Amino acid sequence: MAQFNLNINGKSRQVDVDPNTPMLWVLRDHLDLVGTKFGCGIAQCGACTIHLDGNAVRSCQLPVSAAQDAKITTIEGLSENGDHPVQQAWKEHDVPQCGYCQAGQIMSAAALLESNPKPSDEQIENAMNGNICRCGTYVRIKAAVKTASQKL
Amino acid sequence: MKTLDTKLNRRSFLKASALAGGGMMLSFSWLVGCKPTEEEILTMPEEWFQLNSYIKIGENGAVTLYSPNPEFGSNVKTSMPMILAEELDTDWKNVFVEQADFYPERYDRQFTGGSQGIRQGWTPLRTAGAAARAMLVNAAAQSWNVPVSEITTSAGHLEHKASGKKAHFGEMASLAATLEIPEEVTLKDISDFTIIGTSKKNVDADKILTGKPMFALDHKVAGMKYAAVVHPPAFGMRLKSFDKSSVSGMSGIKDVFPVSIFKDDYARHFFDTTTFPELIAIVGDSTWEVMQAKKKLVAEWEEAPETTFPMAGRGGSTITSTVPAGLENSTIHKQKMAEYIQKPGNVVRRDGDPEAAFAQAAKVLERTYTAPFLAHNTMEPINCFADVKADKVEIYGPTQAPEAIMGALVQALEMPQENIQINLARMGGGFGRRAYSHHMVEAALISKKIQAPIKMVYTREDDMSAGVYRPTYSATYRAALDEDNNLLAFHVKAGGIPETPLHANRFPAGAIDNYLAEAWEIPSNITIGAFRAPRSNFIAGAEQSFLDELAEEMGKDPIEFRLELLKRAETNPVGSRNDYDPKRYAGVLELVRKNSDWNNPKSGVSRGVSAYFCHNSYVAEVVDTKIVDNQPLVESVFAAVDCGIVVNPDAARNMGEGAIVDGIGNAFYGEMSFENGAPTKRNFDKYRMIRHEESPKNIKVDFVESDVDPTGLGEPLFPPVFAALANSLYKATGKRYYDQPFAPQLEMENLRM
Repeated sequence: MAQFNLNINGKSRQVDVDPNTPMLWVLRDHLDLVGTKFGCGIAQCGACTIHLDGNAVRSCQLPVSAAQDAKITTIEGLSENGDHPVQQAWKEHDVPQCGYCQAGQIMSAAALLESNPKPSDEQIENAMNGNICRCGTYVRIKAAVKTASQKL
Repeated sequence: MKTLDTKLNRRSFLKASALAGGGMMLSFSWLVGCKPTEEEILTMPEEWFQLNSYIKIGENGAVTLYSPNPEFGSNVKTSMPMILAEELDTDWKNVFVEQADFYPERYDRQFTGGSQGIRQGWTPLRTAGAAARAMLVNAAAQSWNVPVSEITTSAGHLEHKASGKKAHFGEMASLAATLEIPEEVTLKDISDFTIIGTSKKNVDADKILTGKPMFALDHKVAGMKYAAVVHPPAFGMRLKSFDKSSVSGMSGIKDVFPVSIFKDDYARHFFDTTTFPELIAIVGDSTWEVMQAKKKLVAEWEEAPETTFPMAGRGGSTITSTVPAGLENSTIHKQKMAEYIQKPGNVVRRDGDPEAAFAQAAKVLERTYTAPFLAHNTMEPINCFADVKADKVEIYGPTQAPEAIMGALVQALEMPQENIQINLARMGGGFGRRAYSHHMVEAALISKKIQAPIKMVYTREDDMSAGVYRPTYSATYRAALDEDNNLLAFHVKAGGIPETPLHANRFPAGAIDNYLAEAWEIPSNITIGAFRAPRSNFIAGAEQSFLDELAEEMGKDPIEFRLELLKRAETNPVGSRNDYDPKRYAGVLELVRKNSDWNNPKSGVSRGVSAYFCHNSYVAEVVDTKIVDNQPLVESVFAAVDCGIVVNPDAARNMGEGAIVDGIGNAFYGEMSFENGAPTKRNFDKYRMIRHEESPKNIKVDFVESDVDPTGLGEPLFPPVFAALANSLYKATGKRYYDQPFAPQLEMENLRM
């Protein structure tokens, strides 16, 4: 066990956990930020995607010890009132079915648009390819990313 | 307009007084979950009045509607309340929706599966809405001292035009809640619908998009412990022993013990399929710690002998069910299935004299189709919260079928059903897997043992390797043709491990004079169960691929050929047990022909068609593929659907798009296999799922305009897409695809997958 000071969604948070604990479980079990989802535990599905200094990373593979000095953003901190252009576009296209993977999808899309505000179809597919949606909402996700892109 | 007796679904009409005891009706979980907007605060009433189990109305006119069925992504939590709101005649803007928990005494059918939610909820929900509206009208009539027949309602308001009196529902709700439930209610004319048939956004969209806790995996209470389970490494194996000391010193680990979910004398029922009824539970302070202990736990497993257990049969009888011994292999499965194809099957249907027709055929076309086991792979792994106290049990978890697990809970906990409350979490996918809810029993037994609330979480590996899988199937089709390529006879022989996918009375039965359908089954200890459109999800692809090849052999357009057969089934059907309506079937083929502009495909695309009837609905699909950079890509999919009245059109299209993506993914990649009883794929690194890059670029779902009561939607778009894809790939590559998944074969043809 060790103390870690974390910067999450603009707030300073402290946890006392094993240094190998993945950020996914620090967020979910220790900080009650459960919007970040557990899907596979091996960075294959994208459900646990968060931003680490603005980049989309899989929190199931990010030990808390490696996240100390970084700025972490989770779905809960993506926007103040759920009105990030990506969230708005998701709502406009009524994307979610079960909804479980969508936080990860949104975090991947938001990171993509941050670095590339006008991505091509191929760039969208490529950036989103690590996020599985078992319900198969891919067509709507792509349309929503394009809508968000137009609003940026 | 139709009049309905409210006694039809009396359970929905418990009065407010009866509900007060439950206490659950006064919880406003939406407030806990998210900060209400200004508008919501304005409309939040000070007092609610319960009109029936589905509806309560605040003094200010706000309406809360309880969505009875568990939500796994088919969006019933929006569409079921839409049906209530329609007949209540309220304004959708004033509606809050809450998930009802499991109360079989209040609600008619809290089951999500078989695409039956809207179909079976249609009349009870309309009746409940109309009854509440009638009570409001009666209250207004009493207050204003005017005849009931002179009062009209619209968008949450009551009006007596002659006297100019007006009120919103909230003003009459307190009186209405004290009135008698009407014996009969009048339902709206379909042409008067203002909510049904208009697209409404997912009522939980804001919570989903901002990461609010909605799933059982997100649930947490004070003092809660975390649990992981360890199950045998292979089907056909069972626990021999384990060494508690191998993990007991690890950080955060509290206890390790075995859990056994069935008592020997418990007669299991249809949904009591569970893969490993005996497993090891590890309890600790956090999910990560119990997952770490899982890896270190030393356990010994042994081969299980053949076992039997009592199974509840019809009419209170008990039968004995047998689980074979042995460690099974996919290569052996394939050999055995090939043997069964050569043997006679059980004749399920015979029309005319198929044997004689085949004997005199000028030509016989014979093809065999196969598909592997499939894992459901819901994105949310199996998990459950349970808090078992001496006289009260609370369970909160993902389940499609709470009623189906109650028996197993009662026997395992030795507690009466009245003391067990199952609360319904939103599910991160279901696809049939969560009709089998033994995770609830496992969680409850763990909580009981450690006397604390617990949340049990399966790893992805646990989830994938303890499946209640879609079975592996095979179907052999034969068609007899005369010298002029007329179809003389048709024969299907279909089987699987451990069940047959045959639907003997479906198309093309009824359209061919000489018809033979046979079934076979091979026993196995690999657990199987419902998977989106059970059996149809294979047999549709086989049948519709064969019809495509047969049409080609006969020199006919594949749509025209199907329409000819359907015309025969409509005008002069063979046999009386055909379970489809040929006109509606033809209707979707005609619609997809028009909407895809069938005869004028875009240049460079190869198209295939398929149509199927299941879950009371009709679907035809056209898939356009093209080969780009040596890679097959699905360019477009067109679907035509006849599922009667569509409640929430845009959400319905979303569901259809998802089913199409799911079908294309499984057709290309879906496969679970076994070596010495062990599933060979345990996570998404090995089990290939369709991803963004492989998704169709465009999907267009169109519905046949209809006044018929709604039928299934979540499943019917799934089965036909397998064949539409295979038939399209044939056009693109010149090769027929008989064995799913298709990707390995395409790779052998040097196409990039």
